Amino acid sequence: MKYLGIEPARPKVAVFDFTGCEGCELQLANKEETLLAFLGALEIVNFREVSSEARHDYDIALLDGCISRSDEVQRLRTIRKQAKVVVAMGSCACFGGVNAQKNTVDPEAANRIVYGNHFRESQPARPMSEWIDVDVEIPGCPISKEEMERIVRHLALGVSYRAPSYPVCWECKQRFNVCTFELGHLCLGPITRGGCAAPCPTGGLACWGCRGPVPECNFDSFLAMARDKGFPEAEIAERIGFYGGFEDRYEAG
Amino acid sequence: MKQVDLNVDVHHLTRVEGHGNIRVRVQAGKLRDARWDVVETPRFFEVMLRGKHYTSAGILTARICGICSIGHCLCSLRATEVAFGTVIPPAAEKLRLLAKHGETIQSHALHVFFLAAPDFLGVPSVIPLIEAAPDAVGVATRLKALGNRIAETVAGRSVHPVSLQVGGVAKMPSRKQLSGMRKGILAALPDLDAAVDLVATFDVPDFVRETEFVSLAGDGDYPWIGGDLLSTDGVRKPERDYLAMTNEVVVKGNTTKWCSLSRDTFAVGSLARFNNNFDGLHPAALEVAARLGLEPVCHNPFLNNVAQLVECFDVAHKSVALIDELLDAHSEDTMVAVQPRAGEGVGAVEVPRGILYHCYEYDDDGRVVAADCVIPTTQNNANIHEDLGPLVEQYKGEEGMTDEKLELLCSMLVRSYDPCISCSVH
Repeated sequence: MKYLGIEPARPKVAVFDFTGCEGCELQLANKEETLLAFLGALEIVNFREVSSEARHDYDIALLDGCISRSDEVQRLRTIRKQAKVVVAMGSCACFGGVNAQKNTVDPEAANRIVYGNHFRESQPARPMSEWIDVDVEIPGCPISKEEMERIVRHLALGVSYRAPSYPVCWECKQRFNVCTFELGHLCLGPITRGGCAAPCPTGGLACWGCRGPVPECNFDSFLAMARDKGFPEAEIAERIGFYGGFEDRYEAG
Repeated sequence: MKQVDLNVDVHHLTRVEGHGNIRVRVQAGKLRDARWDVVETPRFFEVMLRGKHYTSAGILTARICGICSIGHCLCSLRATEVAFGTVIPPAAEKLRLLAKHGETIQSHALHVFFLAAPDFLGVPSVIPLIEAAPDAVGVATRLKALGNRIAETVAGRSVHPVSLQVGGVAKMPSRKQLSGMRKGILAALPDLDAAVDLVATFDVPDFVRETEFVSLAGDGDYPWIGGDLLSTDGVRKPERDYLAMTNEVVVKGNTTKWCSLSRDTFAVGSLARFNNNFDGLHPAALEVAARLGLEPVCHNPFLNNVAQLVECFDVAHKSVALIDELLDAHSEDTMVAVQPRAGEGVGAVEVPRGILYHCYEYDDDGRVVAADCVIPTTQNNANIHEDLGPLVEQYKGEEGMTDEKLELLCSMLVRSYDPCISCSVH
């Protein structure tokens, strides 16, 4: 279907999963009203969770999960060699995600709690970009299918995608929500990258920062404001560390 | 019987959630090896939960599984509320059950049509069916959408819910939303009938292995959230004694654990619920079960697919009744104040793939001291493994049996459990 004389490509796409809940892959199969058009815009050649067909001539690789074992690093490098465009889907792939919460625990102690004396290999949970060059990052826990569709449109037309550079607050206001701070919640909306349409504040939960920092976020002012409003330090630390997106920015006050 | 050699080596089985391997060896007609091994990377959720504030537990554990995040969240909330002695308002209970029903429809539709059906229709995935069988794909897509819309309306999002919180549910959907949902369910009933027509055409392998089945105890109902635990071998325990019902052990070469009860293995899931709580099904669901030849106690694991469809009828009809009750109770509170206290709480919730347990110990400040989660697929993994041998024994001597045919049969067996492997290694 031509648009403005441009014939969009039907890119060959593969989907691969690493350490995570596979919720971002499920999101690819959600938003059913446009699902068939979405699948029609792509040539899916490798998607283990959905298909037994597996080809390796893909141009675009959509990856979800974080990297937390040596065999995953090997698999990731093989994919990078083949794919022209690597897309990291979700907070796990972009920042390590909730999995990174285990990084502060000694691996042996963690193993003892879960497996007793039977040690299982596990490295600190790290983002894809720690091991390979990543072309597009879509943060979110889970990713927004709407944003995924926007990205697919860009990829099919060969146009580079720029993630929104405004915070979650922007979209939260557009949904006429009462500010969650006014409701007494600690909300990371002011420092978190928008583009998700603020589903969490709209559903009665504050923003927990799954999309990571908005560009030029005023982190120090936010921290000062949160402390000024009397939120306990433990709550601030737990919230900021939840999805791994604000790693290294937080220092206990 | 012919003295055949047969080899199956499936590395990372397709059309399942997570990573598992099948290995079968038949030498000169003798079964030498039949294995189901889970190689998923461990995530250590029980470790991550330690020290967390109670408000984080449900948000964190939803991330154990993208497919049944609502089930995990509800199980987590129940464990916390039991520990604190929090009693949520009746309207919140109804909303939670409605969100669960939405997830059940979404998950079952995904499994029956997108993951299992391609085997019965001789295609590698649902994708070629978009052109080859557009009507069936339309039915499947609309049913999945129905489940997702219910979950989104109640929980704020279908993958990783936001409105389900300790103390209740953050928001009551508007009357317009509730009526819209009701209309949507009634409009989808013809699609459910069409789904029965499709599933009736499936050539289901005639394989039976006597199995113990575990679920919540129905006592005339078909429960999803909380209550006693029951097995078809006659074991009955209160929810808090879940450890005596699961008996997890670490196994060699696996990142999942295995479970046992009266026998070496047992099964959970739609078929287990159906076998234990058949009497509590909605009449429309009973009619479908009769039409598809499903009777309790059924010991053919392949019929879990059929039990899932029967459950879709049950929850669709019961969701309509729940919405009517919510419309009558629309102005009622959906949240209560939460007062943390030290103590332990266990939650048992029937999620799409079977019974799930979360157990948390809290300190006085409402921070997690210790946590344990026992996942449905963890409970099924040993049973899947033990099914493989007898399945191969039954089919290895069949005329024209090949490695490929045996691989398909073994893969279909594992898929029939709808395993959530990354969940089982959490």
